[in-house]
Amino acid sequence: MTTTEIQFDSETLALVNNMMKRYPEGKHKSALIPVLHIAQAEFGGWLSVPTMDYVASVMNLKPIEVYEVASFYSMFNMHPVGKCLIEVCRTSSCWLRGAEDVIDHIEKRLNIRVGETSADGMFTLKAVECLGSCGTAPMMQVGADYHENLTIEKVDTLLEKFKDENKQSRYC
Amino acid sequence: MSKKLLLKNDHIEGIHTLPIYRANGGYSVLEKALKTMSPEAILEEVKTSGLRGRGGAGFPTGLKWSFLAKPEGVPRYLVCNADESEPGTLKDRYLMERHPHILIEGMIVSSFALGAKTSYIYIRGEYFYIARILEIAIKEAYEAGFLGKNIQGSGYDLDLYVQVGAGAYICGEETALLESLEGKRGNPRIKPPFPAIAGLYGCPTVVNNVETIAAVVPILEMGGAEYAKIGTEKSTGTKLISASGHINKPGVYEIELGIPVEEFIYSEEYCGGISGGKKLKAVVAGGSSVPILPAELILKTSAGEPRMMSYESLGDGGFLTGTMLGSGGFIVMDEDTSIVKNLYTFARFYHHESCGQCSPCREGTGWMEKILLKILDGRGDMKDIDLLWDIQSKIEGKTICPLGEAAAWPVAAAIRHFRSEFEEYIQYPEKIRDIKHYYRLQETATA
Repeated sequence: MTTTEIQFDSETLALVNNMMKRYPEGKHKSALIPVLHIAQAEFGGWLSVPTMDYVASVMNLKPIEVYEVASFYSMFNMHPVGKCLIEVCRTSSCWLRGAEDVIDHIEKRLNIRVGETSADGMFTLKAVECLGSCGTAPMMQVGADYHENLTIEKVDTLLEKFKDENKQSRYC
Repeated sequence: MSKKLLLKNDHIEGIHTLPIYRANGGYSVLEKALKTMSPEAILEEVKTSGLRGRGGAGFPTGLKWSFLAKPEGVPRYLVCNADESEPGTLKDRYLMERHPHILIEGMIVSSFALGAKTSYIYIRGEYFYIARILEIAIKEAYEAGFLGKNIQGSGYDLDLYVQVGAGAYICGEETALLESLEGKRGNPRIKPPFPAIAGLYGCPTVVNNVETIAAVVPILEMGGAEYAKIGTEKSTGTKLISASGHINKPGVYEIELGIPVEEFIYSEEYCGGISGGKKLKAVVAGGSSVPILPAELILKTSAGEPRMMSYESLGDGGFLTGTMLGSGGFIVMDEDTSIVKNLYTFARFYHHESCGQCSPCREGTGWMEKILLKILDGRGDMKDIDLLWDIQSKIEGKTICPLGEAAAWPVAAAIRHFRSEFEEYIQYPEKIRDIKHYYRLQETATA
């Protein structure tokens, strides 16, 4: 992606400007995390340096202020990811109820390991920390959607569905 | 019969919408509070209720509110902590997803009591779909005149916003949350000054958990004194418990504080017993950071008294034989569970979530994860157990925020109560093959 392509359309730009007005005068930096979510969704599912520089210019911040925040939070991808990012929770409660069976199965089905992207660029698999779905474990998050009480059959159905839909995972 | 205050309307379809919430008595507390009560009177009711913070620390809410500085001409803020990230905890998510208006009503009356004109609900980024539910409910509340200018003709103005995070456990710590809300990295601040003096944008701020703020609604509805009659003397009211792990009925339950732990685990009304008819091995009663207890100590105190679901009973015996109610994240483990492997998932979690600001936590969490992995990879040494103990003791109390303790306590408790299991893995490494997916550990160790 070249720098010239990184530009919010007028509607998104209006939304971003509106967001910055939610906060007291001079405190518009508070909108940085919400705006980075939008930027990530708009520009390929990850935050490249040009994307972060663009956010800095739109928000009138120094680029370093954007880099240091983007790199701190786990939902911001600092490297390219597949079109459909699958995040399987692996912490205690999910582990107790078979999260590793789910991870194993997805690895075999997609022929990738945790942290990798499928050769066609469709799927990236991540193992993540507690997503607050302990009572409905095991689970995975794909974009904003929680898929809970997973079984191997349910995972298979979902993977098929994502493939058929050419699903793009987005938080917002 | 269980007492329900927050989830009393859980069975009503559409209760997440304003018309149905109102038809079931919703927003009547707001009208009563804004029209007939002074901020001081609300504070008194909350103090009288004995409500303790439901996020994990259990600090008295009324007292926290009374610390709020009120200098002339300086804005004050109420920030709702909806960053729920403590492993084992999903109660705030449940409440916000199904009952967004009780939180919003609680935010409005609490903001009024504190004199805040702008309030924020900071929600973890992964709960994006719940942020949407809240935004829709807030829009309904604006349209009904419960938010905005001159609410219900009371002359009180309030704007309420939802702010999403982006994945960081540490942002559940109140000063890290405020940093994040200011658009920065979630590094906790050194206290003092406490947020009550210098919080959001340097202004006096109260940060309260979702369940705490929601509980203000039934407190004002029935009066603080009536609320205080529910539960026990030191643990008043009801509490949402997130039940997970090897139980027949995982989920969120509202309990009257003070019911026996045994009843909570085995009765059909709550967890419904251990799945597969197995035996109970251990429980983490209040979210990943509280000490794990073996079956005999979670069911009965060291004095042989039945253990109750309350701040004081779970805490009975200190950390030697007791634990904490914490966030109410109740994780149950059956007889086949590897305590060491479970601890490894916690250690990996805390290493991942350490903000890196304080050396003892940044380095210590990484070392604890590595040593546990070494033991689980069959390369453990008896000295490793003492080394783990030594590291956790050098994190505890030596960091800016309590993530250090949160990472240290589970390690200490697992060694305290299950030392023989560590020793067994070290002495007989072939035992590791009994852990499901043990090969993943070896791969991780090799990598």
